[in-house]
Parts: sequence; structure tokens; C-alpha cells
Amino acid sequence: MEEKQNFQTSLDFNKNIFKPSTREEIVEIVKNCYKKSIPLEISGLQSKNKIGRNFQAEKTLDLSNYKGIIDYKPEELYIKVKAGTPISEIEEALKKNNQQLAFEPNDFGYLFSGVSNSGSIGGVVACNFAGSRRFKVGSVRDHLLGFQGINGKGETIKSGGTVVKNVTGYDLCKILSGSFGTLTVLTEISIKVLPKPETSKTLIIKIPHVKKALDYLGQSLSSSTDPSGGVFYPDYFGKNFILNDLTHDGGLTGIRVEGPMNSVDQRINRLAKELALIDNEFSVLDSVQTEIFWNKTKNLEVFKNSKSNLIRVVVPISETLQVIQKLKKDDLNYFIDWGGSLIWMAFEHLNSKILLEIKEITKNHQGYYTLIKIEDDFKASADIFTIDPIKYKISEKIKKSFDPKRIFNPGKMYTGI
Amino acid sequence: MSSLQMPKVDSSILSKKDRIVSDIGRIINPKNVLSHPDELRPFETDGLTAYRQMPLVVVMPETVEEVSNILKYCNNNKVKVVPRGAGTGLSGGSLPLEDCVLMAMGKFNKILEIDYENRCVVTQPCVTNLAITHAVQDKGFYYAPDPSSQIACSIGGNVAENSGGVHSLKYGATTNNLLGIEVVLMDGTITKFGGKAMDSEGYDFLGLMTGSEGLLGVITEVTVKILKSPEIVKAALIGFPTIEDAGNCVAEIIAEGCIPAGMEIMDKALTKATNDYSKAGYPTDAEAMMIVEFDGTEHEVEAYIEKAKQIAEKNNSSSLKVSKSNEERLKFWAGRKAAFPACGVLAPDYMCMDGSIPRGKLAEVLREITRLSKKYDLPVANAFHAGDGNLHPLIMFDANDKNSLKKCEDFGADILKYCVKVGGALTGEHGVGIEKRELMCEAFNDKDIQQQLTIKVALDPNSLLNPGKVYPILRKCAEEGRVHVHGGKTKFPDIPRF
Repeated sequence: MEEKQNFQTSLDFNKNIFKPSTREEIVEIVKNCYKKSIPLEISGLQSKNKIGRNFQAEKTLDLSNYKGIIDYKPEELYIKVKAGTPISEIEEALKKNNQQLAFEPNDFGYLFSGVSNSGSIGGVVACNFAGSRRFKVGSVRDHLLGFQGINGKGETIKSGGTVVKNVTGYDLCKILSGSFGTLTVLTEISIKVLPKPETSKTLIIKIPHVKKALDYLGQSLSSSTDPSGGVFYPDYFGKNFILNDLTHDGGLTGIRVEGPMNSVDQRINRLAKELALIDNEFSVLDSVQTEIFWNKTKNLEVFKNSKSNLIRVVVPISETLQVIQKLKKDDLNYFIDWGGSLIWMAFEHLNSKILLEIKEITKNHQGYYTLIKIEDDFKASADIFTIDPIKYKISEKIKKSFDPKRIFNPGKMYTGI
Repeated sequence: MSSLQMPKVDSSILSKKDRIVSDIGRIINPKNVLSHPDELRPFETDGLTAYRQMPLVVVMPETVEEVSNILKYCNNNKVKVVPRGAGTGLSGGSLPLEDCVLMAMGKFNKILEIDYENRCVVTQPCVTNLAITHAVQDKGFYYAPDPSSQIACSIGGNVAENSGGVHSLKYGATTNNLLGIEVVLMDGTITKFGGKAMDSEGYDFLGLMTGSEGLLGVITEVTVKILKSPEIVKAALIGFPTIEDAGNCVAEIIAEGCIPAGMEIMDKALTKATNDYSKAGYPTDAEAMMIVEFDGTEHEVEAYIEKAKQIAEKNNSSSLKVSKSNEERLKFWAGRKAAFPACGVLAPDYMCMDGSIPRGKLAEVLREITRLSKKYDLPVANAFHAGDGNLHPLIMFDANDKNSLKKCEDFGADILKYCVKVGGALTGEHGVGIEKRELMCEAFNDKDIQQQLTIKVALDPNSLLNPGKVYPILRKCAEEGRVHVHGGKTKFPDIPRF
């Protein structure tokens, strides 16, 4: 517990932005801020930094220099990296061994800046947003095997490890996933990797109606054909997909099947039969087009350069239709991912009345929302994340246990946390 | 309980026993409050039978409000509470304390809702793991995590321990198959974490509660994901001339991109014991015997089995048999599932360890176990969930010989320490409980443990909920950590253990 005052490193505490490249420097920064109660904004590659409430931080801890692969063991199915490592660098390394991050991290770059920026692994863990394979392989939190981080007192802590089966102590990997940097500065991350499927194909059903689309998605997810993606784009988004085997530009339902070559063919055929599709109702995308289609989906490319506010709504699949019907407004554009459970909703205009309505409706339908992109004027007063009073109380206690002086991203998720 | 230190007994609580019984008898039906020694006896231990302690009183609430009111009462009166599900846990997580209220959740035994549209089941916590699958299998669904004790263990206990099973490599452990829980905190707060949606708002308390071994809250309702049953399942039974060959085969199967539903290895000692015991028909000349199972659609399974065959041959397999029918596949497994009882025949007692290691370190760890076996002069047999690196060495000894017991304990602790040394974990699926408590400092330093204890204190400031479990009381790494079986008899001889 001895506080070591050590200022011999290159750190200049008069600066407002720290860009450490060693863990020792991070520890020193945090200890210093803890001592002087200086709030710190934790930042990575700026791909998702606009998500969250506005808050005031005197200093920024920029982890973009704290990067690199520490250990990658393809046969053990894990990679251990420093928190600032770009997702692109990790995916590049995995590709060489035909492996991947199975949770398909979203690339928010298109949404916020019009160009790709999938951010750093630290940011991806901190936000816990997973792509289309969510219903089959889980979220980011299900792939985080272990971490090392610095708590709000500047102490280095760890949990988990690199093996998949580990029930030693509380599973802190889970509580840190999706904590938006409010509990601990992540330094090292061990993440599970999985083999890339041999091939993949996508069944595209021409369908303009959300109700029918949700029926198809529900049926496929309960089928033994084991799909790994299920998405619905309404009419106005159909034209965003220009692909060789996509024969129409209207609303569409896409269902992805992955695995060994002949098994994928067999399952796609069976799925078409199970859904009782007739020939001119569907087309099949090969693996190249499948990759393009699902990349566009995970990267939210239909919202590229859009000026709209974007809301991420998660509800049980059974509730999706009602939520959409209740929230239907003239300026609403949306698409559905996760086989029906995730709705990305873009509203041209948003105000506190509409937001309150969205909050009530998602809550009444056993779900929640997160405001992803929002006009600056409205941002200061809007609830970006929802929470009920009991969970808020518990969250306060948990926050205090990691970060007693509230120096990490204070107020980024909720007032007082 | 000779060598095990538990939290200091509060003698004022012991002296107030009658009052506590009558007070709680006013909160719940007095018939559900047990206090006579004859009534308490069945609750004195769980699956870790080497340790026994009668609780002060046993309470059996029937509703979440009753759970809340009892916890509130105990919190206000500083009475310790130990929650208990089916009592099958192997790490002593439900071991009572002399001055505790043992909260037995047995009356929470109903499945509340089967929701095929959202592919989930909402159930009370004391429903058994297997009962969930039974409830949905007529529609072709199942619940994936399958701890070997699944016929008896409760789903609430599975959540508390984050239980795994043979199929956790492909389908994950409890935490990956859980959608929501209702939980009561020590101060009586009732809340729900998660629900039927795939994610929920705010911090992931669902994930934090899962595997917290009853230290953070009492689970009163569980919502789990159910999956569509695979179309077909096939297994191959493969013999190898050396452990190294088997280990390499595991690594290559994974590296090739085949993720089996299950992949098990037994060493020669265990194969022989199993053959003698259950006439399993396993290859006796092989140094290592492997069962690898794939599930999915027909073409998929065929493709993976073919690939596994090629990899096995490349790694010098001495025998290879692919199941031609489901009956044959189950026969392959029958032997493996009889492996633990088979050890019970070889020696008066055995201790089952539960360490996790990187798959690639199998040969190295088994060599070390062999070396330790000679050092301690005790025979050992090894079973290994090879797919996810979970090792179960079975150390054979004679509990009537004090020296033999001590040697066995030292041997077991040395194995677990070695697991941590090669990059693994102290426990893969049995939990820490009291069993591996003092070994926690092998895996974590003071700061790590302190952070975890701070979370505990945040939710239970008086440390009344299941105290003395998981975190070391003594600041020493005592030589503990095992499941003790005497004369081949476990506490529940009818529950499979593998």
C-alpha cells in the first residue's frame, strides 16, 4: 500500500493530457490523481468517446500509446494485449492463423466520422457492444478471459486468466465489461479467440414487412440449422446493399449460416425449406458477399454521414414488434440485428419528451436503451443510459469499491457515478 | 473440521438460539424453521463431506419476500447466513457455521415459465439442472451447461458456482447461458439483474453474481437460455501411445478450427481402472485414451470427425473408433462416467482435484503429477476435460492412516500450485469454497484479494452472508484443496461425478 512518489519518468503533471507507454507511468498518473482528487477522462482511439454523458475532467489519460500484443497462442485460443491496442492490429494478427474475435466488434467510425475506426480493445471491452453473432456466441464480456488494471487508488489488480474454465474468486471481467471506464483503467486484456468458419453464406429474403421478417428470424433462431446472424433492413435501407446476388433493393431479412462448406449448403437449403420460401422470394449470398453484408451491418454503415440521433434498443425478441410499432414516427429509420433483439433507431429529431417515451416503452417491454449519437445541445440534459433506483444504489457502492474518490470518467454513465 | 479455521463463533448468537427460532417463526411458517439436532443433521455438510458442522437453525423460506425478511432480520441482528441449494457442491460452499442460519432454498422448486419465443426458461433456483432440459426437450430444446451432478444439482447452485460441464468448451459455462436472476441482498433488498433480453442496462451485476459462491446475495429466480438440440452427435474413441501424442492431437484439433462439443482424455491408470470396473472396452495398451465428440448438422459433424481422424492418425493414434449409433456413443461415455467410482475400488479413499491448465501444458503437468506421485508414494489417476483444460487428478490414499491423508493433502496442493505456475487456475468448475480458500494467494496477491473483499463489504458491510468461504482467513497458503471420497462412497453415491 506504500505510495511511492516517483517523478523521475517523463511524465509532466502540468500537462492536461497524459500519454503513457508503460504501466508504471499509468500507475503513477492514477496515484497522483487519486491523491489530489483530480478527475481523469480515460481515452483510447477516439472511436466511441462521444458515447456517454458530458462530464468535466481536468486531465485526460490517453492510452493510445499503451499498445501491443503481449502473447498470442492460437492453439490455446487466446490473445493477451495491452489495452490501447487497435482492434485492427489484433484482427490482422488473428487472420494469419485463420482466427477471429467471434463477437464481431462494432466499428463506430463510420457513424461518428464517416471513416472506419474500430477503436482499441480497451474501448471495446469498456463499452461491451457486440455484433451480429451475439445470440450465438455471446457478447464481449463472454470472451474476456482475464485482465490487469489500475483501480482508483492506483493499485494494480487482476482477475481471471488465460484459461477458459476459471471460477477462482469473483468474476471481475464481467463487471468491468460495459463499465465505460468508470471503475478501473484496463491495462492488459486476455481475450478468447475462435477459429474462423471455413465458409459462410447468407440467405436473403425479400421482405418489406417487419412483422413477417421477425417471424422468419424467430423461426431460424429456433432451428437446428444453427444460424450466426439475423438482421432485418426496411425498404429505405435495402438500396444500401449493392451485391452481385442481391436481386432487389427493397426491405430484406438476412440470415447467416457458417461452418464447413457442404454443411453450410445443406443448412441454407434446409432453412429455405423450413421457412417455406418460394424461389423468387430469396437469394443466397456467397462468402465474399456475406462478409461485405455483415461488415456493413456491424459497422452501422447505413447510418454513415447521417445527421440523425442514434439510439440502441435491446428488448426480448417477443417485444420487438410492439416496441417498433409504438415508437414509429415519420422521421424514424431503424434496422434490427441479433435475430430480432437489437434495434438501431435513428431519429432526425429528438427531445426530452420523445426520449422519455422511448424510456417508458423499452422499460415496459423488459428492455433498455442507450443513446449512442445525439445533438450536442440536447446531450447535456439527456439520459444517455437508463437505470432503476435500486440498481443505481448498488452501482454507487460498486463504483466506490473500485474508485473511492470518483476520479475515473466521473458522470460518464450516471450523475454521481 | 480439525485443521480448518472458520469465522469466530459469536457466543451471544448461540445463547439467543431460542429467540432467533421464534422470531423467524413469526416471519415464515414455523414448520419451516428447523432447530432440533435430528432435523439439522442432514444439513451438516454438502458434497465436500470431509467437513461437517451443524448449523444453529435451518430455515426454508417459500417466497422471495420471506427470503428478504429473514435476511433483513439477520442483518439487523448480526446473524450469519449460509445459503444452500441442493447441497451437491464439491468445495464446501454450503458448509454451515455453528452460529449461522442455514437458508435452505429447497422449496423454490418450480419452473415458472417456458418461453420458446425468447428461447428461455424462468425457474426457481432449486429446480435441478437436468429438470430444465427435461421440461423443454419434447420441443427439441435443451439447457447446455451439464455439470456431472446435473441430475441432482440445483440451477441456483450452478449460478452461485458458475458450473461448467463436459460441453463448456463449445457452449460455455453457466455465466454464458444465463439471461437474468432475481436476487436478495443481505440487507433484504430484492432486485433483478438481467431478464429475457440478451443484455441489460448499467454494470453487469448478473456477471458479478454468477460464481460469487453465495457471498453477495441469495438467488430466488433464474432465467436461462435454452438451445435447439443438435441434429446429430457423434464421438470418436481414440488411443495414443503417449500422453504427448494425445496432447498434440488436442492442440491440433483446436488449431484446425474444429471446436468439439466435448473432448476428454484419461490416462492409462484410469483407463485400466475403468475397464476393470465397468468393462468399458477401452484400449488398454494406450497410454492415453481420448473421447472427442462433435454435434451439429450431419455434414458438419461428418466433416469434423473426418478432420479429427486425420489429425489423430498424424499424431500416432494406436486405435480409433467412431460411434456408428447413439447407443455406441453413449457406451463410449459410460466408461468415462464410471471412471471416478472405478477409482473407489482401487484404494480405500481418493481425493478429486479440480485445476485448470493451458491445453498445451497437459503433458508437462502430467509428468509433474507422476513425479509427485513417486515423491509422495501415492498412486494417482487422471481425467481431463481436454477441450477446456480442466484437469481432475484422483489421488488414492487411506484416510485411516493419518500420514497417508497428510501426504494426499500436500500432494493435492502441490498439483494446484503447479497448475497456477503453468498459467492455469486453482479451480475450473468446483469453486473455491472452503476447499481452496487458503490457496487463493497462489493465484492472487493482496491487492487483488483486497479489491474483491471491498466489493463484498460494499454489498454486505457486516460480512454476514456465507462468511469464511472463498477468501483466506489465515494469511498462509495452507495445504488444502480436494474432494474426499471414502470407501468409494460419496455423500450422494447416485450422483454421477466425472
